[in-house]
Amino acid sequence: MANEQRIRVLIAKPGLDGHDRGAKVVARALRDAGMEVIYTGIRQTPAMIAEAALQEDAQVVGLSILSGAHLELFPRVVDELKQRGVDDVLLFCGGIIPQEDIEKIKAIGFQGVFGPGTNTGDIIEFVKAHAPVRT
Amino acid sequence: MGAAELAEGVRAGNRRALARAISHVEADSAIGRELQRRLYRYTGNAQIVGITGSAGAGKSTLVGALAREQRRRERTVGIVAVDPSSPFSHGAILGDRIRMQDLTADGGVFMRSMASRGNLGGLSETATGVADLMDAAGFDVVMIETVGAGQDEVEIATAAQTTVLVTNPGGGDEIQSMKAGLMEVAQILVVNKADLAGADTAMTQLKALLAIADLGAWRPPILKVVAKTGDSVGTLVDHIDEHHAFMRSNEHGDRERRDLARKQIVALTRAALHREALVTANQSGALAALVDEVAGRRRDPRSAAGVLLEAVRREWGAEIASR
Repeated sequence: MANEQRIRVLIAKPGLDGHDRGAKVVARALRDAGMEVIYTGIRQTPAMIAEAALQEDAQVVGLSILSGAHLELFPRVVDELKQRGVDDVLLFCGGIIPQEDIEKIKAIGFQGVFGPGTNTGDIIEFVKAHAPVRT
Repeated sequence: MGAAELAEGVRAGNRRALARAISHVEADSAIGRELQRRLYRYTGNAQIVGITGSAGAGKSTLVGALAREQRRRERTVGIVAVDPSSPFSHGAILGDRIRMQDLTADGGVFMRSMASRGNLGGLSETATGVADLMDAAGFDVVMIETVGAGQDEVEIATAAQTTVLVTNPGGGDEIQSMKAGLMEVAQILVVNKADLAGADTAMTQLKALLAIADLGAWRPPILKVVAKTGDSVGTLVDHIDEHHAFMRSNEHGDRERRDLARKQIVALTRAALHREALVTANQSGALAALVDEVAGRRRDPRSAAGVLLEAVRREWGAEIASR
């Protein structure tokens, strides 16, 4: 509808793994919950993700990764966002993230970490509860 | 950030300010309106190009190829890509960036995905408003990409100075394009995926259609391209430039600009009237009462609409009198 701010979510896959089923399932679930989902595709560099988030003015950025390079790539995404002055987005991620890495990822700013088997309803609820309101 | 600060940022080429300004215009917020008021005077310098055609015609791929060619010519490029919202959830998946990944890293390109949001006759105005912001931000070329499926989408195309219609070999018979009214809005016709069989047949069909179309002074060129490889995309840019020059030089161009201005004012007024009338009808309770009558078959819908219009007029009259 007109005259209303919808939640805009950027879903991206950093790094070199090409398995994007999880990202697509989440994208669809968020769409069906009434959100506008910008899907950027696979093999994105941290700079590309940050630049797309800026241009699209997304309130939320969700990253999917299965390659194991999350500790390498996620801090760089955060850096690239900061460099561009994008300081008010909600970050979450999914994929294969070992238990011992979850705290490290949360510490750099990812409020939500969703592993395999997550109910999409939980992700929707998380995004709705934490997406920053734009005025 | 307020409107003044955002407007300044847009003019200074601040990409974050532009992105935020676009969100305001899209939401039709008070700041969005103020931004349009402040920035419209700086528009009119960019080449505004509409890209339309049926789903799967290769529009995103062509927009990507056009952007790369424009960059080779050292022009900066703004892109507005419109995808449909779901009529059920009102959500959307916007996937046009997938075909233009390499352009994300290019500082001379700014791309924005837009959902159609099923709004009342305001889609083409919103897309045009976003294109205007990019124009004011100083981009040399602004492309608006849209699915040419319905009336709204055709209107977006007409809002551009130059509209390119993208078709395919074997992309349906010629009656389909006549039905959609797309022939009339396009100034350049493209047969994309021309490396596939049937490209020449498609060219012949388009030529035959143009031969019976009601054309003005501009004769729409028809050309074959392969967007995926960039084949003949340079020639397409030449044609777009030619049409742009035609619009700038000819007195015909002045008439087109006035037509466009009239269309935009009328469409925005119509959308606002529609919204406000519905609000008044709901608040006054007039609509609810009429719904009962029509549902019970005690009154026909047409005369109910007449009664509702009268009620709205009375409310507005009283409102004006009380000011």
